[in-house]
Amino acid sequence: MTQLGNPDLTGNSVTPTSAHGLKATGVDVTTAGAAQPPAPDQGGSTPANGWSPAGVLEKGWARLLLGLLLPAALIGAWQWSTSAGLFSVVQLPPPAMVFEAAADLIQRGELGQHVAISTQRVLIGFAFGAGLGLAFGALVGLSRVADVLLAPTIGALRAVPSLAWVPLLILWMKIGEDSKVTLIMIGAFFPVFTTVSLALRHVDKNLVEAGRAFGLKGLKLLTTVQLPAVVPSVFSGLRLALAQAWLFLVAAELIASSMGLGFLLTDSQNNGRTDRLLLAIVLLAVIGKITDALLGVAEKWAVKRWA
Amino acid sequence: MTAVAASARPSASAPSAARTSDLSSALPVSFRGLRRTFGTGGSAHTVLRDIDFDVREGEVLAILGPSGCGKSTLLRATAGLDAPSAGSVNIGTTPVQGIDPRCAFAFQEPRLLPWHTLQANIAIGLPKSSSAKTGKAKVARLLELVGLDKFAKHRPREVSGGMAQRASLARALARNPGVLLLDEPFGALDALTRIKMQDLLLEIHAAEPTTVLLVTHDVDEALQLADRIVVLGKEPGREGDGATIVRTVVVPDERPRDRGSAELARMRSSLLESLGVEGH
Repeated sequence: MTQLGNPDLTGNSVTPTSAHGLKATGVDVTTAGAAQPPAPDQGGSTPANGWSPAGVLEKGWARLLLGLLLPAALIGAWQWSTSAGLFSVVQLPPPAMVFEAAADLIQRGELGQHVAISTQRVLIGFAFGAGLGLAFGALVGLSRVADVLLAPTIGALRAVPSLAWVPLLILWMKIGEDSKVTLIMIGAFFPVFTTVSLALRHVDKNLVEAGRAFGLKGLKLLTTVQLPAVVPSVFSGLRLALAQAWLFLVAAELIASSMGLGFLLTDSQNNGRTDRLLLAIVLLAVIGKITDALLGVAEKWAVKRWA
Repeated sequence: MTAVAASARPSASAPSAARTSDLSSALPVSFRGLRRTFGTGGSAHTVLRDIDFDVREGEVLAILGPSGCGKSTLLRATAGLDAPSAGSVNIGTTPVQGIDPRCAFAFQEPRLLPWHTLQANIAIGLPKSSSAKTGKAKVARLLELVGLDKFAKHRPREVSGGMAQRASLARALARNPGVLLLDEPFGALDALTRIKMQDLLLEIHAAEPTTVLLVTHDVDEALQLADRIVVLGKEPGREGDGATIVRTVVVPDERPRDRGSAELARMRSSLLESLGVEGH
């Protein structure tokens, strides 16, 4: 493909293009072409010298720096608006105060606890919710009977807003870790379930038939053909699920907890500590983004490996 | 076209692969009163009917016919991928019931798993009973047989269409098949690659003389490769009834055959006439 496409892109005359066209029909030439190591991603329109905007955007450090531009600008605007007296300290404390609040909480050993317990709840709830989502998604995606039996109920449960579960979970499981983790599980379950069941239904029928023709069936067919084929969709489902898990974490911690970032939010609101409130929001943004980025790295690897 | 055929000839006339008959034990296939009807009630339509035919063990049988005449259905019934509405397919002495481990299928498209290497894709064809060690050795031998030993670790998308199709053929051979089923395996390839693949198939058949059922719509391909050709089609006066075998032709001479021979040319135009194309 690239062989045939390049002459057009670089604007060569017609002759080399047709020569390529002729050669490409012969087995030996295509064989020789494939013998070279597979070309790495050529990044679309990147020219050879690599100093176009597109070329810079391919570099990891450049993307990181550019991605930090807007947050830096926001902090600048924040600082400026507070020192210009646009807001009172209670409405919007300056960045330095939020930083001090963080230092203070770290010194008391509380901040680490809040972050740790919240992260733990998210990870446990996410792991179980995503696991169940994968299992039920596989069942509904592969079995028409399961689809007919389960899909309407699961769809209806999915329509229930997250906060509606809270009173019931507290009633059943008391105010402890169980009720919170369960709520997060519910949040993580649906994105994985939906993406996996849909993706499994659209696995290339030809590949599945080829697998069957070579004696694969049941679990072996699932693990050899169907699951690998949906790995990219599974990962996009997982990333959605992780975002949902953080969302549901705050819902759980806002209502009943004595620790965690959601608790820090409500506690700060009740005590008028806007600096800590902002700190909690910034931490949720940063930790959420970090966990998503980690999953993104795993996704990139998996897509390369399985697609 | 003739120049190309001449240049491709030497590789076909000198099969390089050693005779490895331990790989396959050719089995005969018989069709008895086979019928396949799709749908039920008013919308039912019959694709195949009254297929009664015997394929000898080790024979290369080409199945010719116009598009939609049920060639692939016949092949799928042999593999057990599809169940006939009436009648039966027997391989050896036992009928085909469900997916048959004695058959191996190569499809029109390579249908390789994109996340596996060619080597791992070929290994999927290995019979269940094979141990890891013998399986590995067999895959290595097959990679060599189809000329892909240097590409064992490549992924399907990193090789050409012809190479992927060769890997697909090797996957089928890994099964140790009593019957090799080829559903227009070279149909999607360009003309040059197709001729090389046909020669490769003859080499493989010489090395491992299994029974081959080859579905094709290419008369020349059938004449080059097959011992016998059956033509599927609708009988005059029974057009609404589904296709059946309307003609059987024994192709004379040993393979490889001269692509320019006068007798083959005569058979070619006669076969084309059976397929409803006249004056060629």
